[in-house]
Order: sequence, then structure tokens, then C-alpha cells
Amino acid sequence: MKRLLLIALLGSAFPALADRLPMPANAPTSFTTECSSCHIAYQPALLQAADWRKLMAGLGDHFGSDATVDQKTGQEIGAFLERHAGSASRVGNAGNPPRITQTARFIRKHDEIPAKYWRDPRVKSAANCEACHPDAAKGSYSEHDISIRELRE
Amino acid sequence: MRAIPAVALLLASLACHAETPQQIRQIYVAEASSQQAGFTPSAKRGEAFFRQRFANNDKMPACTSCHTDSPLNAGEHAVTGKSIKPLAVAANPNRLSDPAKVEKWFGRNCKEVVGRACTPAEKADFVTFLSEVR
Repeated sequence: MKRLLLIALLGSAFPALADRLPMPANAPTSFTTECSSCHIAYQPALLQAADWRKLMAGLGDHFGSDATVDQKTGQEIGAFLERHAGSASRVGNAGNPPRITQTARFIRKHDEIPAKYWRDPRVKSAANCEACHPDAAKGSYSEHDISIRELRE
Repeated sequence: MRAIPAVALLLASLACHAETPQQIRQIYVAEASSQQAGFTPSAKRGEAFFRQRFANNDKMPACTSCHTDSPLNAGEHAVTGKSIKPLAVAANPNRLSDPAKVEKWFGRNCKEVVGRACTPAEKADFVTFLSEVR
């Protein structure tokens, strides 16, 4: 009985741990301002280093937008992202161009979301983390904080 | 021709510190005047440009696609849903205070929405509209 309780406790504790992706404290200002002008500044742990490198090399056509930065800023942001990137085995590949939403971890974490929610006008895009995770910018992706009531479990 | 070094000098001197909307407007007016004698900026033309629909980008055909029908309102990125603070100086005093930032966003958004670089005259009109709209 005790063992069951322990398993249940562990089971409830681990997802909560995995759903916190705090922003590293040493994030350069260039990262915070440049990367949060059109979407939240996604935490470096959401992609593996090789995918961040690929993404930073293609800012001229960043999902249809010109997101170029000067060379010094690009190096600063790239170094920060790669230093704090997620481990390849945990995150998985992000495709080409790299998309956080195509990583194995993102797909696994969202596999129970019915397709109609992705099209919901409140959500708009899978890139809009804050539509469901109000504290996403602070690194909180907990299932308990989902702001769309129908999706809260 | 004499205006070009003057504009370059003005831009260089303004590059590093906070400026007023009037000073930023002046940068673009000087540049437009050097191409078009007697140019005067117009908030009305700026507003028309703000509302104009361009056949370049389905998701964001006009400035209003993200910035709403009034620059006094907060907007929302048409693709990502990220909230955008108002463009009008009257609603957001931080607007038009950093020439490099203004130039960066004209660069990105003109390319993306208009489909080409905006002219100095268009920028002068637009900045005039944003600083005067109440």
C-alpha cells in the first residue's frame, strides 16, 4: 500500500517538474527584446543546440518574417541559446526549418489536445503558448494552469 | 546633394540616445526633402497609408491587421497572437523615442506588409500621423 502511494506521489510530482522551464537568469537583454517582439521569448531548453543554430542562421526568412539582427546581436543570442539548449535526447529533432511544435517532446505533451482547439480563435497558432499557458513567458507550462477551461483537467 | 551629408550627420548624431518624436520626424522629413523639393509631412497621408491594404501578404494585408483600426489601441500579432502595445505616442509615450528601433520596424514591416521598402516620404507621413493622432 505504501509503495502504491509512493508511486502515485512520484507520478504526480514528475510531470509538474517537467513542466517548468525557467528562463536562465543570465539571458542577455538582446535576447529578451529581440525574441519577444512577435512571440514570447521561448526558453532555450525548448530546442536542442543544433536546431537553435539552424534557426539563427535563417532569420532572414523566419516563418515568413524578416527577423534579422546585426551580427553582434546574433552571436550573443545564438551563444546564449546554444549554451542553455535542451538535450537532444529529451527534446528530439525539430525539423527544417526547426519548429518547437515539431519536436517529439512538444508533440507528446500535446497529444491529447483535439484538433479543433488548435484552430480556436483564442489560440490562433501553436506558437501562441500563452493562449493556454498564461505564465509561459515565465517558464510555467503546468497542466493545472491551462486558461482555456474546457481543456483544464 | 548638399542635404545628403547633412542627413547622414543628423542620423549619426541621433543614433545613440533617446529622441523625441519631433526629432525622428525631422530625420525622415530631411531625407524626403532631399528627394522631393518642398516636401511637407502629412498626418492625413500617414493615416491613409496606415489603412491601405496591400496585395502582398494574405495574413497581414495592412498595418491594421496587427495594429487594429486605431493606433491608439493595443494590437495583436496576426499570426502569433502576441499582444502589441499601441503605436500612437498619445497612448504609448515610449513610441518614436529610438530612431534605430523605428527604422528597424519600418524595415521589417514594410518588407512584410507593403512588399517593398517604404520611402522617406511615407515614413515621414506615418511618423507624423502617429505623433499627432489623439
